[in-house]
Amino acid sequence: MAVTPQQGLFFLVLRRMRAPLIALILILAVSTVGLTLAPGVDVDGQPSRLSFFHAFYFISYTATTIGFGEIPVTFSDQQRLWVIVCIYLSVVGWAYAFSAVLALFQDAAFLGAVRSERFAGKVGRIREPFYLICGYGETGRLICRALDHLGLRAVVLEKDPGKAGDVELHEYLADIPVLAADASQPEILRIAGLTNPRCKGVMALTNDDQANLAIAISARLLAPKLPALCRVEHPDSAANMASFGTRHIINPFARFGEYLALALRAPAAYHLLTWLTGVPGTTIRRHRDPPRGPWVLCGYGSFGAAMVEALDREALPVTIIDRHPARDLTRTWIEGDATGAQALTGAGIGQAVGIVAGTANDVDNLSVVVTARELNPRLFTVLRQNNFANRALFEAFDSDVTVVSSEIIAHECLAILTTPLLDLFLQEIQHREDAWSREILDALTGRFDWVVPAVWSLRFNLPQTPAVHRHLMQPGSRMDLGTLLRDPHDRYSALPCAALLLRREGGTAEMLPGADTQIQLGDELLLVGRPRAQRDLALTVENANTLIYVQTGTDLPGGWLWQWLARRRKSAEQSR
Amino acid sequence: MNLEKVIFGFFIVLAATLNFGFFIGDIDNPVHHDVYELFAAIVVNLIATVLKFGDRTQIGAVHLSTSLVADLQLLAAAMVWGYGTHILGQGMTPEITTSVVSLSGGALFANIVSVIILIAETIMQRR
Repeated sequence: MAVTPQQGLFFLVLRRMRAPLIALILILAVSTVGLTLAPGVDVDGQPSRLSFFHAFYFISYTATTIGFGEIPVTFSDQQRLWVIVCIYLSVVGWAYAFSAVLALFQDAAFLGAVRSERFAGKVGRIREPFYLICGYGETGRLICRALDHLGLRAVVLEKDPGKAGDVELHEYLADIPVLAADASQPEILRIAGLTNPRCKGVMALTNDDQANLAIAISARLLAPKLPALCRVEHPDSAANMASFGTRHIINPFARFGEYLALALRAPAAYHLLTWLTGVPGTTIRRHRDPPRGPWVLCGYGSFGAAMVEALDREALPVTIIDRHPARDLTRTWIEGDATGAQALTGAGIGQAVGIVAGTANDVDNLSVVVTARELNPRLFTVLRQNNFANRALFEAFDSDVTVVSSEIIAHECLAILTTPLLDLFLQEIQHREDAWSREILDALTGRFDWVVPAVWSLRFNLPQTPAVHRHLMQPGSRMDLGTLLRDPHDRYSALPCAALLLRREGGTAEMLPGADTQIQLGDELLLVGRPRAQRDLALTVENANTLIYVQTGTDLPGGWLWQWLARRRKSAEQSR
Repeated sequence: MNLEKVIFGFFIVLAATLNFGFFIGDIDNPVHHDVYELFAAIVVNLIATVLKFGDRTQIGAVHLSTSLVADLQLLAAAMVWGYGTHILGQGMTPEITTSVVSLSGGALFANIVSVIILIAETIMQRR
């Protein structure tokens, strides 16, 4: 028999209450029987006994301490003797039952069961799409904030009860159900809604590769169609995940390596990418383009290795400074402490154009870049920040690029989950000329500023765009993009948004579709713009009257009655 | 041997036997049906019900439901008895006796089902 968490709680209470309930039944039974056996006298002074009916009545009100007195007739001394026993027995029985109930409410297992039941109930009551986030660390917090900002729901699983409690401290607009439990257990994932049809994606963001791997396997087997996003730090874990078909494996270091390579090769494309994938509502600070020339890298760990690979791809010479002796003899390797000027000078910091401070120690990284800047003020600095708590220090030091892996993962997750088309667009810009990207970047940031815009996609079908769907189903009707993107409050101005990409049903994608592009059913459109434009466009595509206003400028009345009156007035005018 | 199993079996069989003891006899003759036996049957049935609480298995669920049926029937019998002897005030007339005994007969059937399940469970486990 399948047991839901609610039933589980019910059974737990029943099992714990077994002994106290039996004790109460026995006490009441013994008391009642005893009272029927005790000799008494009736109204006429004749010997008689209480019947079961009266005895049970008396015991019921005595045991519950209501105490109506001696009913139906005054008791004999023998009966009173037995009643004394009954009173003390029932007090003991109730005390035992109450203490059992109180102990149950204090019990850790019971409280855990109550919490997980409440959590499951909350998840079950979510009536809109939600994302399941496993691990509420720095990354999880960023993603929750961004989802909340976008008006999307999230469900959080976190192993550490302290961190799980943080969810309630960070104020979110929507209620985020959170459970302190180990997300690597399939049953916990199921309670959190992994198999719920409203779950739109699962993110494994714990700082433990093994746990992320377990979540990926559960997601793959229990909900094969669900997009699973997994954070991973070691390449072998990534290979393991890839082997059973995890679609999105996010290695923040490798990802930043790709970004760095892109920034070196095509700076405008890189800026466009950071602007489009930023955390919504934040402002992107445009840094200078990374220069080409000799680089110095401090700390050859997994991050350092990814950076070296990126610089190699762009054929830039790298000098590595590491505390350990050379592991890779093909490279220029200086064994020493990069925080000191000696090692940096030895690595040729004077001639270098850039430095990557990539050790796992935040203080070391800061020390390295401060010393290096003193030796060569024009250096382009790439600074790795490991711990969120040190943010103030990193902000104070004005680095060109600060690498925060939690932010990289968060951006990546959001881009994949909320706008799948964006990935297509970003891949395309990486293959185009940089001048092309620069043109788009200047046009868009000129219009929308450097604040991270809302990026969203729209599919022209019945559920998402009912008004457009109905309009296009009429024979001979047309709809061009320029008309659709007019302001529904004032059709003579355009909405503050731009179409980046249009994907036809067949699969051909058109970059930057023009205003005269005809929209067909099944098209998917990627849009970028102000959040207001997203709301206004939703109004246009959902409300037939708004759509007609945008197309023709006539304001149609809303209800049937008003429409009927309007038709009557119109026909009356015509007949006149 | 498991003490819990002994107690469990004891109460289930005792519930059935007490119920049977009350039920047996001429259906309308109050002399054949002692009210103390009815009371004992009710108490033992209630205890048997509580003992079945919290079993998540399929067989445990059927166990619990048969016990609940027996409780319901016996409590109905007790209410009819109370109504007949105290509210109508005519004592145990043949009509009231028949009604009480037939209700307890229904409970007896539920108790027999319970015992059969107990036996089936024991045979199934073969331990």
